[in-house]
Amino acid sequence: MNEKVKGKGKSKSPKIIVILGFIVAAITLFPMYIMVVNSFKGREQIFTDTLGLPKSLDFSYYLAAINKMNFFQALFNSLTVTIISTVIIVVLSSMTAWALVRSSSKIADIILMIFIVTMLIPFQSVMIPLMQYMNSWDISSINFSMINTFYGLIFMNVGFGSSLAIFLYHGFIKGVPRSLEEAAMIDGCNKFQIFWKIVFPTLKPVTATVAILNVIGIWNDYLLPSLVLRDPNLRTIPLATFYFFGEFTIQWNMAMAGLVLTILPVIIFYLFSQKYIIKGFMAGAIK
Amino acid sequence: MNKKVKGKITTALFVIPSLFVFINVVIIPFIMGTVYSFTNWDGFAFKGSSFVGFKNYSDSFGDGKFLSSFWLTTKYTIAMIILVNIIGLSLAILVTSKIKYKNFFRGVYFVPNLIGGLVLGFIWQFIFTKLFQSIGEMTHTSKIFFNWLNDPTMAFWALVIVGVWQMSGYVMIIYIASIQSISEEVLEAADIDGANKWSIFKNITLPLIAPGFTISLFITLSNAFKQYDTNLSLTNGGPYGKTELITMNIFQTAFSSNKYAQAQAKAIMFFLVIMVITIIQIYITKKREVEM
Repeated sequence: MNEKVKGKGKSKSPKIIVILGFIVAAITLFPMYIMVVNSFKGREQIFTDTLGLPKSLDFSYYLAAINKMNFFQALFNSLTVTIISTVIIVVLSSMTAWALVRSSSKIADIILMIFIVTMLIPFQSVMIPLMQYMNSWDISSINFSMINTFYGLIFMNVGFGSSLAIFLYHGFIKGVPRSLEEAAMIDGCNKFQIFWKIVFPTLKPVTATVAILNVIGIWNDYLLPSLVLRDPNLRTIPLATFYFFGEFTIQWNMAMAGLVLTILPVIIFYLFSQKYIIKGFMAGAIK
Repeated sequence: MNKKVKGKITTALFVIPSLFVFINVVIIPFIMGTVYSFTNWDGFAFKGSSFVGFKNYSDSFGDGKFLSSFWLTTKYTIAMIILVNIIGLSLAILVTSKIKYKNFFRGVYFVPNLIGGLVLGFIWQFIFTKLFQSIGEMTHTSKIFFNWLNDPTMAFWALVIVGVWQMSGYVMIIYIASIQSISEEVLEAADIDGANKWSIFKNITLPLIAPGFTISLFITLSNAFKQYDTNLSLTNGGPYGKTELITMNIFQTAFSSNKYAQAQAKAIMFFLVIMVITIIQIYITKKREVEM
């Protein structure tokens, strides 16, 4: 009896589960479907037939959206800010974490504690004084300003990204044996050489995690860039999307085309590195 | 001696750059903000501001909009915790069972999590306004399908739906990790002993995924509590300011009403709530580790 029930369950239930899986997948992708199909539709069809496929593949709304959003400028801006911020976070945080792990002084423990404890300060709790403070870092004679510049935004991205990165690197480096470093030390390498030639290559798994979490976080970030960047030519993709929507809400086909353009880079990145992204998020959450 | 000093200097060179950036971006503004919250700072130069004690804090408690957005955020957070965790766990069970296409499913379910909250809110804005209206008119079900964002209650649930749609995939990933940590042998042994699927799930799987549950619970909690982007792009606090979550209230108080010091007092209270929640989380996690 028991066997029978079990046998039945094994042959039947997976099919139902697979069907269920596809239904959930369809629900998940439904908003993307709505977005894509309506980006091709004329004004009339959007209102009479929102669910159906477009009558023709009319790319004119895409061209209009690219123009109005200044899309390629925004794409370039987002890439610049995201890549440079992430590289700096990886370089500085890995060095800091390694030095903190290998140092036996009390100060190192205190510094690590400060980085970890302050991770729970939400951005909204510091944003108002941060803007005032960064505004005061202004040397107009050499055109130096933290507000309305990429280096200002990158500087703040590094500040907000470094504690989690240091925390993740610290946890990993603790498990890396010292022996190789000591051998290199005897061979007369200095600390910079030891770190970059011997230690850093062994940190690849955490580096991937740190890089992925930061790339996606910084790429999608809206609030900080909205406070820092004022010049329309400096807008990143989320900012360009926001202002584009404010101006053109009524023209839904163009708005949907704009959203498709906004999402496309992320989806392409995901298709190529899905495995690493999911692993990265897993490691980032569980710590 | 010389060598020791040299070692200390290089250590400092490795630590100082990130410490410098971090102190200037997080620590100093945080200290400034704490001080400002007790003054009548006007958002510009601090010079000329004077201390007013707890006035900004008591004013915040007298601000009906702040209290209602705090309450709304609490409701939003509770709804998110319940729904995201039920759905996330179900998805994790689904993609860890022995079925075809499970990697494809996992990949798809995670997609919403990659798209920023701002963009998601705009996509769903179209769905809740235009698509719902046109479905309602076509199928004569305009009692269910109407412009949800014009109705305060439905607009709140629209926020929850978008949040759940976005976060479930993330929580799924956490549950997958804990389900995969359960050894095959234990499950096989139970199977051989004749335990049915439900009792295996209840007696083995569920207790063993408890750590994953704690993590997911608090990640959902803190993400829901800090929600801003979707709120901005989906409802922008509307209709009639009825869906303004706490972060939006802080933002509005500062940058629309120009009450910078009061906004900062709210921001500090917001921080305190997050801190208390996190301390409770650490306490629970530690306690469980001891028990195990």
